[in-house]
Amino acid sequence: MNFLAVIGRVVLRFLEQLGRFTLFTLTSVSHCVRPPIFPRLIGRQMIDIGYYSLPVVGLTAIFSGMVLALQSYTGFARFNAESAIANVVVLSLTRELGPVLAGLMVAGRIGASMAAEIGTMRVTEQIDALTTLSTNPYKYLIAPRLIAGLLMLPLLVLVADIIGVFGGYIVGVYKLGFNPNVYLSNTIDFLEPIDVISGLVKAAVFGFIIALMGCYNGFNSKGGAQGVGSATTNAVVSSSILILVFNYMITELFFSV
Amino acid sequence: MSTPPKIHLENVCKSFGPKDVLTGIDLDIAPAESVVVIGGSGTGKSVLLKCVLGLLTADSGTIEVDGTDITHVAANDRDETNKKFGMLFQGGALFDSIPVWENVAFGLIQGSGMSRADAKERSIETLAKVGLSKDVGALSPAELSGGMQKRVGLARAIAGSPEIIFFDEPTTGLDPIMADVINDLIVACVKDQGITALSITHDMASARKIGDRIAMLYHGKLIWIGAADDVDHSSNDYVDQFVHGRADGPIHMELRR
Repeated sequence: MNFLAVIGRVVLRFLEQLGRFTLFTLTSVSHCVRPPIFPRLIGRQMIDIGYYSLPVVGLTAIFSGMVLALQSYTGFARFNAESAIANVVVLSLTRELGPVLAGLMVAGRIGASMAAEIGTMRVTEQIDALTTLSTNPYKYLIAPRLIAGLLMLPLLVLVADIIGVFGGYIVGVYKLGFNPNVYLSNTIDFLEPIDVISGLVKAAVFGFIIALMGCYNGFNSKGGAQGVGSATTNAVVSSSILILVFNYMITELFFSV
Repeated sequence: MSTPPKIHLENVCKSFGPKDVLTGIDLDIAPAESVVVIGGSGTGKSVLLKCVLGLLTADSGTIEVDGTDITHVAANDRDETNKKFGMLFQGGALFDSIPVWENVAFGLIQGSGMSRADAKERSIETLAKVGLSKDVGALSPAELSGGMQKRVGLARAIAGSPEIIFFDEPTTGLDPIMADVINDLIVACVKDQGITALSITHDMASARKIGDRIAMLYHGKLIWIGAADDVDHSSNDYVDQFVHGRADGPIHMELRR
């Protein structure tokens, strides 16, 4: 087979995919900002994404905070720098671990369920049915999910930050024998607003990415159960990778000198 | 034909990649007429329907509804035409996240902006027309049998008082008695209310019962159109073979040996 033809075909297919994805994103976003919007649907998605993810995100956060305190203690004790532990815990959580871990957990939970739900609607012609009932599927299915993802992830991350710091506090005070007041003041004194804000911005971007990849893969799934299955996988994998990529880029934006 | 046609198709072509599915469809459907398109599996019956609905865009040719050219208007951008349409999908395509009554009322609430209370009343009236009681309205679509799902689908299609209804294999997957019940309902809902109907099916009993005229789709073209009563003596070998369900004849199924 002609080697160049193979390369050409791969590139063409990639560009076609990229174009389709870009078009999908633009159409979806335009439906997010144009009336009518569906408050009921947005509300339901917000409960799904925000409220029902709380246990998962909370558990992730508390153990991350605890292990951060423990690890940094064993490391920092070598330099007699134990007093920096509270600071390390809160900075790592608000800037990095809060948004990234919450994002990855929600990608697994929400991204997968969005792709599966919308994918099933696609293969059972429910999306076609929406259209014939004069309801734009972008407006009805996708815009509410994007808006809810964008709004709920920052809230989740804020909660995760607080729970994570609490986890660090438990280990610091009850296991490592810090004075509670000193630990808390160490936590708060060196914390700048930008640390929290950058984390929340990340969270909003991640929430958008999760919802977008879930919807895109579900919306374009074809071929029955197997198609829905691979749409689900693709949604989780692609959103997880994009989260890590965007995490670096946003950090670069905020903190590079 | 003296009255202008409700639906006018002229030389409609559609292909997917190298595969030509429709190669020039000409069809006029008069107001209040019921046309049934018959043809084997995979001959493009569904594609034809979806082109008229706007879920697929024809490559060339003209599709007019009430004299308006809608060939190149995507389904999401043609609200006015969509309001004239009702569609019964092959698998029902009921929305499984909402109860039956809301399914039936969906087009009224989302499409026409009717209040939920009014729409519910209308939905229960419509359910009664297809022989389903008020209690069924509270169930979720997954709790219904296949025949009931079809009836709910029919109720949803007629709830918005459409001028044109499309039926995609209305009797497929039903036992002969339930199939006849559905046929009777279609006749009652469509013929008696002067609705224009375009159906696709390979069930000859259904085609004879619900169609005024029958058209046979073969190799991307309508090779025979005639009154439903004439289908048994069409003097067309292809139609003859299909109507009598014979494996031998001019039509060869593409089987791999």
